Amino acid sequence: MLVEGLFYLFATILVASAIGLIVARNPVYSALLLVLCFFTSASIWLLIEAEFLAVVLVLVYVGAVMVLFLFVVMMLDINVEEMRRGFTRYAWVGWLTAFVVIVQIVGLVAARRLGVDVTQGMVPLPADYSNTAHLGRVLYTEYLYPFELAAILLLVAIIGAISLTMRRRRASRSKMWPGKSPPCVTSACGW
Amino acid sequence: MQWLMTTWDALPAFARSSFWILVVTVVLILAVAFTTLLERKVIGAMQLRKGPNRVGSIFGFLPGIFQPFADVFKLLFKEIVIPSSANKFLFRIAPAITLIPAFAIWAVIPLDPKLVIADVDAGLLYVLAMTSVGVYGVILAGWASNSKYAFLGAMRSAAQIVAYEIAMGFALVGVIMAAGSLKLGAIIEAQQGGWFAWNWFWLFPLFVVYLIAGVAETNRAPFDVAEGESEIVAGFHVEYSGMAFALFFLAEYANMILISVLVAVLFFGGWLSPFDGHIAADSALRELPLLGFVIGDGFHWLFLKLFIVLFSFLWFRATFPRYRYDQIMRLGWKVLIPVTIVWIVVEGAMAYYGVGPWKA
Repeated sequence: MLVEGLFYLFATILVASAIGLIVARNPVYSALLLVLCFFTSASIWLLIEAEFLAVVLVLVYVGAVMVLFLFVVMMLDINVEEMRRGFTRYAWVGWLTAFVVIVQIVGLVAARRLGVDVTQGMVPLPADYSNTAHLGRVLYTEYLYPFELAAILLLVAIIGAISLTMRRRRASRSKMWPGKSPPCVTSACGW
Repeated sequence: MQWLMTTWDALPAFARSSFWILVVTVVLILAVAFTTLLERKVIGAMQLRKGPNRVGSIFGFLPGIFQPFADVFKLLFKEIVIPSSANKFLFRIAPAITLIPAFAIWAVIPLDPKLVIADVDAGLLYVLAMTSVGVYGVILAGWASNSKYAFLGAMRSAAQIVAYEIAMGFALVGVIMAAGSLKLGAIIEAQQGGWFAWNWFWLFPLFVVYLIAGVAETNRAPFDVAEGESEIVAGFHVEYSGMAFALFFLAEYANMILISVLVAVLFFGGWLSPFDGHIAADSALRELPLLGFVIGDGFHWLFLKLFIVLFSFLWFRATFPRYRYDQIMRLGWKVLIPVTIVWIVVEGAMAYYGVGPWKA
């Protein structure tokens, strides 16, 4: 009963903030409402005992991705008038997406009604069950290779991004130190 | 005494945790207040000054001990000026957004072998997630003020947090590898064995990286470019006055205490006693009335470790000049991240060959 009540509370907030995200005039407000969306969906995930995914959602999307989003949105000088014209022109894409999503959700619920339930519903797990440990075990045994590949890919992306900014200092054109770079002040100058 | 214990056990679980939440919050707020005084006193001593010594004393000792309360009342009576072109709503909630995560994280921190408000399985992830939420307060404050200085401060802070969060996360990966768990209680228990069994010894580079990233994350000197009073006045909180400013101030010190306790828990064995491996568990010393308590595990060790790290925060501020902004970026991306990646590989090798904490 409590869980259902919480679910409807979070779901209401989620839908309301998603609508607000679309209709908000200020792009910064939109980004913040998206943060709220992530938070409430993390709470809903907590209700189905997926605490690892919930925390990771907050960590990755709220903590890192949305900070960058906000960073960019604040820097850009967005013309709201032009945005609104685009809004009406591409509205039909939005309606189409919404329609498909609704059909899918109704289909899922109807499938349960008809008794062809593939998810078998929620069985409450014992109190000492650790979602995190279970997920780790599956990732490091059954899905070891895909997991390692993804990890290496991400690591290479980080190192690539950093090494792109690594370059030798060109000879400085300053008058004070003609023909050579200024003397190193800190130990980090070697970069 | 007996009936007190029985009624305590009869209370529902939520009442007991509410009690502890209240205790932790009140103690934390007082600790924050006195940390501001400690900072002024310590830096004063380092610069051969006396620091605040006018407000109150206890029988002639500790002059200036009530300075924090004087500061609070002064700030309470000041007007909170909201700039006319500011975004009023965001301007008002931004200080709260910085402050709340700094308190919320204490829920998962084990204070004692038995006392933790919520020992959740993914505790360390929760800590990381919550610390990264705190930055929104800074960014929103800077943006909502609608002032160029404040906005510059917010931008700097956002870039800095993104840069140091990666190094911080990698340093914590090393801790997770050593403990084999994300649970903070399990991380502490994995460090049993005294002094050299604590994580700082085998994970020394990660410890240094975490400490540096922690100082950067709290926007403290020498990483305080988001405030940088000589460059951008006061950075993100330039438009804040009175109690709204005090909340930012409170959040900064609460974050300092938080990073200190995290360093203590993750790298210095939390509430574990340093004598663990050195005095036998059945030694007669442990039976002595006071000494037995002191050399055993307990909150006092966590407090001592926390205090040492907190002191080093103040020490840094008195010692180092502020980094230049591009130097901060270079340090974060090109020094700290490579160090952590290398050490994680080294740690993997240590685990494979059974060296150090993996010897079993």
